[in-house]
Amino acid sequence: MSSAASTKKAVRKTSKKRAYETSEINAQLSKEEKIELYRTIVGIRRFEERSLQAYNQGKIGGFLHLYIGQEAVATGIVSLMEENDHIITAYRDHGHALAVGMNMNECMAELFGKYTGCSKGKGGSMHYFAPDKGFWGGHGIVAGQTPLGAGLAFALKYKGLKGCAVCFLGDGAVNQGSFMETLNLVSLWGIPVVFVIENNGYSMGTSLKRSSAEESLAKRGEAFGIKWDTCEGHDVFEVREKANEAMTYARDELKPFLLEIRTYRYRGHSVADANHEKYRTKEEIETYKKNKDPINVLRKKLIADKTLTEASAKEIDQEKKVEADASAKFAEESPYPPKSELTNDVYWTVDNDTDQQLKGTYFFND
Amino acid sequence: MPLITYREAIKQALAEEIERDENVCILGEEVAQYNGAYKVTEGLWDKYGDKRIIDTPISEAAFSGLAIGASMLGVRPVVEMMFMSFSYVAFDQLFNNASFCRYMSGGLMNVPIVVRGPANGGTNVGATHSHTPENLVANHPGLKVVCPSNAYDAKGLMKSAIRDNDPVFVMENTLLYGEKWEVPEEEYVVELGVANVLKEGSDISIITHGRCAMISLKAAEILAEKHSINAEVIDLRSIRPLDETTILNSVKKTHRAVLVEENKPFCGVDAQISHLIQYKAFDDLDAPVHRVSAIDAPQIYSKPLEDWQIPNEERIIESVLKCLA
Ligand SMILES: Cc1ncc(C[n+]2csc(CCOP(=O)(O)OP(=O)(O)O)c2C)c(N)n1
Ligand SMILES: [Mg+2]
Repeated sequence: MSSAASTKKAVRKTSKKRAYETSEINAQLSKEEKIELYRTIVGIRRFEERSLQAYNQGKIGGFLHLYIGQEAVATGIVSLMEENDHIITAYRDHGHALAVGMNMNECMAELFGKYTGCSKGKGGSMHYFAPDKGFWGGHGIVAGQTPLGAGLAFALKYKGLKGCAVCFLGDGAVNQGSFMETLNLVSLWGIPVVFVIENNGYSMGTSLKRSSAEESLAKRGEAFGIKWDTCEGHDVFEVREKANEAMTYARDELKPFLLEIRTYRYRGHSVADANHEKYRTKEEIETYKKNKDPINVLRKKLIADKTLTEASAKEIDQEKKVEADASAKFAEESPYPPKSELTNDVYWTVDNDTDQQLKGTYFFND
Repeated sequence: MPLITYREAIKQALAEEIERDENVCILGEEVAQYNGAYKVTEGLWDKYGDKRIIDTPISEAAFSGLAIGASMLGVRPVVEMMFMSFSYVAFDQLFNNASFCRYMSGGLMNVPIVVRGPANGGTNVGATHSHTPENLVANHPGLKVVCPSNAYDAKGLMKSAIRDNDPVFVMENTLLYGEKWEVPEEEYVVELGVANVLKEGSDISIITHGRCAMISLKAAEILAEKHSINAEVIDLRSIRPLDETTILNSVKKTHRAVLVEENKPFCGVDAQISHLIQYKAFDDLDAPVHRVSAIDAPQIYSKPLEDWQIPNEERIIESVLKCLA
């Protein structure tokens, strides 16, 4: 651990010059797999753009935290998931959900509060889940998911399964007590969890400089004896390379890892955040978009290595637009949950009490 | 039947469930090497080792949340709170995550954890260590909560709680840990949602839970001896789910009810019971429902005053006489 900081500098120097797509974990990707990465990134973008449109039309209520600009992070990491791996994140969860393979229809319908939504309209934008795909939410309380992520990894170790849990959190979430408690616990117990700080520079309207005393967030790992690293989040190949190192380490060594990924969100904190050009400059947003847009970066690389052509890239884009539009139509036409659904899915035992064996009153409605 | 302590009964339940199911493990501060702050887990670490009996740092939010996350993948952790008062620093984990994850996922997951530990006053430790949050728990659909008043129930309810596929809080009581009751040697469980008629009676129903059930029973004996009042004593055992039928049947028989609990009165468990009785047995009542709760102030340290603050025989008898007047 003591030499982590110094070796890190050396690694960063050399890695800047190297193309991440040539590293082993990326070089081994088939053409189809690379196209799939592109389809996922584009899919997230088009889905969210369509959801924003629906929000502005008044079809979606509540909060809508868009992931636009950060897509390469979830896409890259989910592409590395092995059989026993699990992920969990906060409320900015659409990208992670689509990346694990949830379909646009169920995700859009959930935003509309419809019965066909992934949570039957009970969770909303911030609370997507797909346990069958290793995706455990979708959590609305800042950093509330961090001990849960540790628990998923604890269960793997307890059951003797080789795997890891990846727990995503924001640059604001690192200042929650529950996260710091969890860092100590996972290091003390040797829990195979990778915490990925998606550092988009802002927690709501507060810049990193105004919320964290020390600018390097991952470095906090050192205080707990946790190995850490940082990388950029606009290039899916860079994300994959760094996350692969972290996830492999967690699985092989049964130890936690703290990975800080610098990224950027183009939109406001949520759609309701109309002031997002007041706490940052328009120029800052435009510069990132111009130089580091994860879709553009990937498209250029894939055209350069002949995985895609301009035309085939456009085709994917068009296909995802159509899929997103169709999901909005599906959501629109779906029914709201019936009133009887209000008290379903509260207790497992009630939902499964097919032979009426349960004793006592569970709900207290006159 | 052997006489064993409340503490021993809980330990037996934990040990039996650890033996029965390899996914059951115990997590908490001082539970392993130190044998438990209140010695409830004494000897378990020696017998079952590090995998099943796990000492945690003083990080209630982290280890509660970790238990919840682990339970999503089929581990069945029993989390010890050294005092239930300390669950407040894990509030988000227990009251958001344990309670609502199932709902927010539309039923895609469940959280089979047990949160157990002492939840009582009367121990001369002041306001921060004397919470009785069964009302808070019961206010969160998705959570279940039981309050065993004796060793038999403590063992039986604990076993049910561990086998339950939902999060269950088991509210114990430090003043009961050393008390003894008859507990059978054979395996048994006490189902959630079933109240216990501790004493049958015809003049008035005393409806209560936790250690107050034992105090109410003594009060009922005094009422019989000194006042010729035949009180029925109902021990709720389980708060959520709640055995409404037993409550209502008793009130329909006696036509009067005194509710006794250690909770503070405002939004205490008995506020709900009181509503239930007036709503579903209004025509059967011959007097307003009376309540004996902890006197409505932060828990006082000073011993003689604290003994007066939480329900005692004297206050219960006074309330019963008022209700019958
Ligand atoms: C405990 C808690 N406090 C405050 C909030 C309100 N809130 C929601 S998101 C957020 C900012 C979090 O920023 P960050 O962790 O950087 O994640 P990002 O939104 O950038 O993805 C705040 C303050 C909350 N949801 N939970
Ligand atoms: Mg942020």
